Amino acid sequence: MNIAFLLNGRNVALTGIDPRTTALDWLRDTQGLTATKEGCNEGDCGACTVLVTDDQGTRAVNACILFLPQLHGRALRTVEGIAGPDGTLHPVQQAMVDHHGSQCGFCTPGFIAQMAANHLNGDTDHETGLSGNLCRCTGYAPILRAARAAAAAPVPDWMLADAAHGAQPFPGSELSSGGEVHAERGGRGGQTAPLAAHRPQTADELAELYAAHPDATLVAGATDVGLWVTKQNRALGRMIFLSGVSDLAQITETDDRITIGAGVTIARLIPLMDRLHPSFAAMLKRYGSPQVRAVATIGGNIANGSPIGDAPPALIALGATLHLRHGATCRDLPLEAFFLDYGRQDRRPGEFVEAVSIPRQPDHLRVYKISKRFDQDISAVCGAFHIAVTDDRVTEARIAFGGMAGTPKRAAHVEAALIGQPWDGETLGRASAAFAQDFTPLSDMRATAAYRLTIAANLLRRYHAETTGIATDIRGVRP
Amino acid sequence: MTLGKPLPHDSAPLHVTGQARYVDDIPLPAHALHLAFGKATIAKGRVTAIDLDPVRAAPGVVMVLGPADLPGDCDTSPSAHDEPLLSDQVHFHGQPLFLVVADSHLAARRAATIARVTYETETPILTIEDALAANARFEDGPRIWTRGDVAAALAAAPHHLEGRIEMGGQEHFYLEGQAALALPGEGGEVHVIASTQHPTEVQHKVAHALHVPMHKVRVECRRMGGGFGGKESQGNALAIACAVVAAQTGRPAKMRYDRDDDMILTGKRHDFRIDYRAGFDATGRLTAVDFIHYTRCGWSQDLSLPVADRAMLHADNAYFLPAVRIESHRLRTNMASATAFRGFGGPQGVLGIERVLDHVAHHLGLDPLAVRRANYYDGPAPSGPGTGARYGGPHSPSSPARNTTPYGQTVTGFALHDMTDALAQSADYAARRAAIRDWNADQPILKRGIALTPVKFGISFTLTHLNQAGALVHVYQDGSIHLNHGGTEMGQGLNQKVAQVAADAFGVGIDAVQITATDTAKVPNTSATAASSGSDLNGMAVLAACDTIRGRIAACLAELHQCAPDQVRFADGHVKAGGADMSFAEAALTAYQNRVSLSATGFYKTPDISWDRIKGQGKPFYYFAYGAAVTEVVIDTLTGENRLLRADILHDSGASLNPALDIGQVEGGYVQGAGWLTMEELVWDDAGRLRTHAPATYKIPATSDTPPVFNVALWDRANPEATVRRSKAVGEPPFMLGISALMAISDALAQACPGVYPALDAPATPERVLMTLRRMRAG
Repeated sequence: MNIAFLLNGRNVALTGIDPRTTALDWLRDTQGLTATKEGCNEGDCGACTVLVTDDQGTRAVNACILFLPQLHGRALRTVEGIAGPDGTLHPVQQAMVDHHGSQCGFCTPGFIAQMAANHLNGDTDHETGLSGNLCRCTGYAPILRAARAAAAAPVPDWMLADAAHGAQPFPGSELSSGGEVHAERGGRGGQTAPLAAHRPQTADELAELYAAHPDATLVAGATDVGLWVTKQNRALGRMIFLSGVSDLAQITETDDRITIGAGVTIARLIPLMDRLHPSFAAMLKRYGSPQVRAVATIGGNIANGSPIGDAPPALIALGATLHLRHGATCRDLPLEAFFLDYGRQDRRPGEFVEAVSIPRQPDHLRVYKISKRFDQDISAVCGAFHIAVTDDRVTEARIAFGGMAGTPKRAAHVEAALIGQPWDGETLGRASAAFAQDFTPLSDMRATAAYRLTIAANLLRRYHAETTGIATDIRGVRP
Repeated sequence: MTLGKPLPHDSAPLHVTGQARYVDDIPLPAHALHLAFGKATIAKGRVTAIDLDPVRAAPGVVMVLGPADLPGDCDTSPSAHDEPLLSDQVHFHGQPLFLVVADSHLAARRAATIARVTYETETPILTIEDALAANARFEDGPRIWTRGDVAAALAAAPHHLEGRIEMGGQEHFYLEGQAALALPGEGGEVHVIASTQHPTEVQHKVAHALHVPMHKVRVECRRMGGGFGGKESQGNALAIACAVVAAQTGRPAKMRYDRDDDMILTGKRHDFRIDYRAGFDATGRLTAVDFIHYTRCGWSQDLSLPVADRAMLHADNAYFLPAVRIESHRLRTNMASATAFRGFGGPQGVLGIERVLDHVAHHLGLDPLAVRRANYYDGPAPSGPGTGARYGGPHSPSSPARNTTPYGQTVTGFALHDMTDALAQSADYAARRAAIRDWNADQPILKRGIALTPVKFGISFTLTHLNQAGALVHVYQDGSIHLNHGGTEMGQGLNQKVAQVAADAFGVGIDAVQITATDTAKVPNTSATAASSGSDLNGMAVLAACDTIRGRIAACLAELHQCAPDQVRFADGHVKAGGADMSFAEAALTAYQNRVSLSATGFYKTPDISWDRIKGQGKPFYYFAYGAAVTEVVIDTLTGENRLLRADILHDSGASLNPALDIGQVEGGYVQGAGWLTMEELVWDDAGRLRTHAPATYKIPATSDTPPVFNVALWDRANPEATVRRSKAVGEPPFMLGISALMAISDALAQACPGVYPALDAPATPERVLMTLRRMRAG
């Protein structure tokens, strides 16, 4: 495969690459750019954070699960390119020195990259903005002090170069054909099989390609597929990279529906949901990490069918419709009907998720994610509740859970126990008992079955308590 | 002058620009090889057949070594010679069976997964009960230390209680995984660059594996990307593997663990169960305590004996225990061998007694802080008129001194009375405790809790001979200084502190001092950088070397300028002798031209310590470091979710060599300690497989877990003992400040269900907190 991008301001054109090559391995092993570190190789520690710029702006992403083809037509900036050309430290670098924000220093370059992105974008919610970078030495206090101290400093000129370049065609963008390219040599981990990769530019092109090659692996943000490579050494066969398919990345709002293209990232979903369903937005701010949210797509989160994907329960509770496409054929189904069983979805070979849509509605949604760590953890249980109450009587109830079954699943018996009933303790008691009819959760390293079942019912109580004005949010408590 | 200044970490500019180099960042010579271990997929048994042909045939593989292909057993153990590098006897899930040598890291990793192995499996010993039933343990039986007639004292006590606390282990999660690189030299020499806290140990183990004298092996470490004890012994295997391959092939060999391999293969903090029985009076003052410690040491001995000893040595924490018995079981289980981790057993021992006092306070309905204070060791005797007021009443000096530890060491300089006063006041403990109770009364779902806990931590290696250090200092003729010592840099800022000592000794600025990589060829026979001893030991050794050179320069200049050597002054980058005033560089050049040696070694050994670990008697510690923390938390009684709201800390680092670095240790140690006791949970399944072997499943604190209000201050008082510039060790003690977080959650739970003691185990994950509350409510 042939690609071109900017690396720290200079043009790079690569031919014949293995499309499974991660940006991290390429930087470290072939370019001698070792500032970017490997901490976990699965997108959970942030030590490999780098900056990627395109016409959507600049964001920090994890280089360990970023395939080189995802960089095509974009600008990549590593920590080697964050200080000025004359060696002047970037304000976040200087602040980290001044505030003692590094100890062992191994996580520091990743922090610097994330801090530089936040600084560039004017993002001052540092606790959230740095939640995808782990540090084991400092306890974070000095890093937060550094981030606050640097926030007011102007963005250095050199940090604007990548975005300015975006006004011109990126180098090599003429290569962005949808044509098939074979890479024959130098496979990752010594694998030598021919590796086909595609980069379609439109949904139509994608539909045609995928119908013709239903065995291909679709790659959007690669925050899941990346791990198939780095952790499971899986051979992916033919790969179709979706990052160029701009018509899949649209959000369309009409009077009665909001349609979210499969390629919309979680980061872009947050401001939309902040406006429509703030509780969903609050949960999405805990989805993965900033680096993951910057590239992970809603389509990927649905299509991979994970029982612990965090967006589907909320979307199901909102009454979402899934829009699938195969070739020129489109079909719609309620989102919950897509998830058939663990690892199995109602998706035919060559069919892909084109969009998900939700009806415009009054906001009754509350989404509760329970995990060992508040930020950047995988849910033990994620519960989404849409309960409408009129004259103290429940008129609508759509309740869905992740982490409670082999799929994201609705709590049908609980809903039935609520609808038409008074919104009181007695009804809650009956509805709580119904959870055992809806769910038989598993025990694993995240939680036991007993805990999962207990808190599922307790989250319904939390919803009730919230509607009666009782404090339930530990994050809302001020010292 | 630089001493005591809050200078940044010496490598900070390199860290933030990515120029700081770690083992995996070093450009490799041509033809370098990359290694990976093939790992056992059972927890106990033996390999009956192994087919490595698919591994050998895998792309990029150069060779594959099994146990028989090694020059010997290539033991990797730091203690009992019980850890062969490769083995067909399986003692834990993940045990290395074979070694893949390939032309790339990825090729080696991939090939390591495709061997065909047949096992004869045995039932693994995983739990404490399993191990006790099988009498699977290290040493012949439990180690027991006793003072007084505990049974009689318990029987005579006005009040009694008993209980149990279980506390989990902890993954180090240093951000830089284990890594080593071996460069073959001529004539059987090998140069190893390793991420290790213990270069001399690596040198010793590599020499043993290669059957060469130690002088053939040179080990170097510029820095680690975090250690926390996890690189004291756990890097031996990688260094030995690299050295063996380098020796066999004549090619450079590098090995680094993928994160999952790192978490599966390497040891962790020892988990503990502590059973206790306590007798006490109506004020909560203990009359007798009986502890039984059980710890799962994993499959090999590693450092488990001194770890378990240190847990016993900290069973008193800050409290005088009139009659005490501590029984310690070091159990052999089929898990990765537990190892050193910041505190080295101390935190587990401290948590035992902190739990007892929390329990006693609840039993009596008293403020836990009052109970803690009632049990504190005596402070230093009042030294002047009017200063003894605090010691009047029931704690007056006329009663027998309460200042002897269970192991017979006299506690001198006990600072916690004054520190607790100061902290309780600055943190507004009493008023906040009352306000929290009022707030909780109005809240049906959320409950807050608060706790103040102290730390007293013994400083010195308990293996007495380790308390020594060496240094090598050169002054060049231009006045620049080359500094080397036996300590290793893992982020704690040791090098900067020691450089400040050296700069101070010569009266020059910090920029005159060049810090260099730890190197067994420069300073031999070093101890691990561990036990918080880094700056105490190496700082003194460096000071000795600097004093030697300074003395030589002074003698030279005194003769030239007709003054007494002790009248030669080194300050502000200048040297004054007689009427002469010259720059330090001129002084160095003058000394050189007068044929004065400007290079010296320095040596230090800690004075006045002795210890009999079998009897449990002696003076194992040169001194104690102190600290105290107040933590406030909030819990959700519907889900068990919990959060730190505020932490206030006062920590004793003596006369700090560098307060910025010391505060960094305190903040980081506290959060790491709180992480151990709240969200960090290791889960093994019934087959002995670690299920939490990556950051996706094992959660260390993230940015938003640091308390939003976090006040840290140093108790800036000179160490009464003659340590380097009267500073105190600061690496491990703050870790135990995190115990206040667990005790605060216990306080919140106690208020959610009045009248029932929470008996909260650790880690206090949301699940454990909720299930504890359910148990409490069920009565």
